Amino acid sequence: MIKTDILIIGAGPTGLFAVFEAGLLQLKCHLIDALPQPGGQCAEIYPKKPIYDIPGFPEVLAGELVDNLMEQIKPFQPGFTLGERAETIEKLDDGSFIVTTNKGTKHQAPIVAIAGGLGSFEPRKPQLRNLSQFEDKGVVYMIREPEVFRDRKVIIAGGGDSALDWSIFLADVASEVTLVHRRNEFRGALDSVEKVQQLKNQGKINLITPAEVVDLKGTNKLEGVVIKKTDTSEEIALEVDNFIPLFGLSPKLGPIADWGLEIEKNAIKVDNTLDYQTNIPGIYAIGDVNTYPGKLKLILCGFHEATLMCQSAYQRIFPDKKYVMKYTTVGGVTGFDGSKKEAPKAVVKAID
Amino acid sequence: MSDIKVKITDREGVLHEVDAPTDMNMNLMEVVRSYELAPEGTIGICGGMAMCASCQCYVKSEHALPEKSDDEEAMLSEAFFVEDNSRLGCQIHMTPELDGLEVELAPEEA
Repeated sequence: MIKTDILIIGAGPTGLFAVFEAGLLQLKCHLIDALPQPGGQCAEIYPKKPIYDIPGFPEVLAGELVDNLMEQIKPFQPGFTLGERAETIEKLDDGSFIVTTNKGTKHQAPIVAIAGGLGSFEPRKPQLRNLSQFEDKGVVYMIREPEVFRDRKVIIAGGGDSALDWSIFLADVASEVTLVHRRNEFRGALDSVEKVQQLKNQGKINLITPAEVVDLKGTNKLEGVVIKKTDTSEEIALEVDNFIPLFGLSPKLGPIADWGLEIEKNAIKVDNTLDYQTNIPGIYAIGDVNTYPGKLKLILCGFHEATLMCQSAYQRIFPDKKYVMKYTTVGGVTGFDGSKKEAPKAVVKAID
Repeated sequence: MSDIKVKITDREGVLHEVDAPTDMNMNLMEVVRSYELAPEGTIGICGGMAMCASCQCYVKSEHALPEKSDDEEAMLSEAFFVEDNSRLGCQIHMTPELDGLEVELAPEEA
């Protein structure tokens, strides 16, 4: 059981900044995110896109913003459960919550802050009639252990970076790699495109474009696919052990929608007059995942919401403690790791 | 202030004729959201960067639209339910020339 003060669901910019504000109040945080790395959409969808409306940053790349936030919260030693999706929540008699992920990891905290953005990112699945029949029986959406494909016949579908990168990687692992894409053009880093071209020329990757997988074959497990060339309508039957469709990710609110929270417009209703708490006391929702009159889905608004949430969380955890907000210019930043940052003291010295 | 008329058929098949401003730097996806013709969270997920296909629509009228950018072309090549007249709403900016535009929203991806 992982225990913390504030359990944050979602490691996007809002969730990360909440760690900082909580840290100033000496509250510890742990974050859960379905993606394998922190940063949420900023890291997963548009790391190379510039953002122009972060106060004090005339221009910052989304990926850089995430790096900066990670640096800013480092002294507060946040814990991370990455690559796992928060699945269920349970309230204990002492008022604390237990959140369990899809992999069974349990977390306990008196405060839960949902900073889930648009939801957890799930793989986009191709529209094939018998797809679900072969899930985990040859059809794989996310590659975690490349070794399971050793000496197997693999077909990858998709035209982005992940389709290119995994084709390159598996060319040395699998016995046969076929890459299909609906166009001749790929959208990826230039050197990945060139590398696939090279491997194709060497006969290590079997490239079929423009084409798509239109049917899956097999009895108890996947045994083959039917590929249709989109220009000539020619159909090709191919024996394969694995089909890996890599069509990107799309966000789904997912299991959080069943936690008994009040939902409106695919977002969680919160009290914006006070502290962004949901209809369940002790559970807050901050950033893009919440809604209230006049809500704007902006990173800068998420930062504000995270700050007020932490103040309210502090009072919930310590109802009898008196507290006055302190500026970092006055109090500095004292990390849980023993680090201390503060403004240099002015020199008091007479001038002769 | 100059508005144009746009006919939008929503995902339930209901036709809406709406006024779209041409002086607010708005695109079709934002027009759909401003009139709430598709539930929030099911359209414009990436915010308008041509990085998801949640605002895909079929263009029904003969208006001359700007060419697809490489990004839009690439996204549509990976989207589902794509037809020859598919476009991403976020890449169609509201201009006076588009008065009378008719579009239908593509189904939501499961």
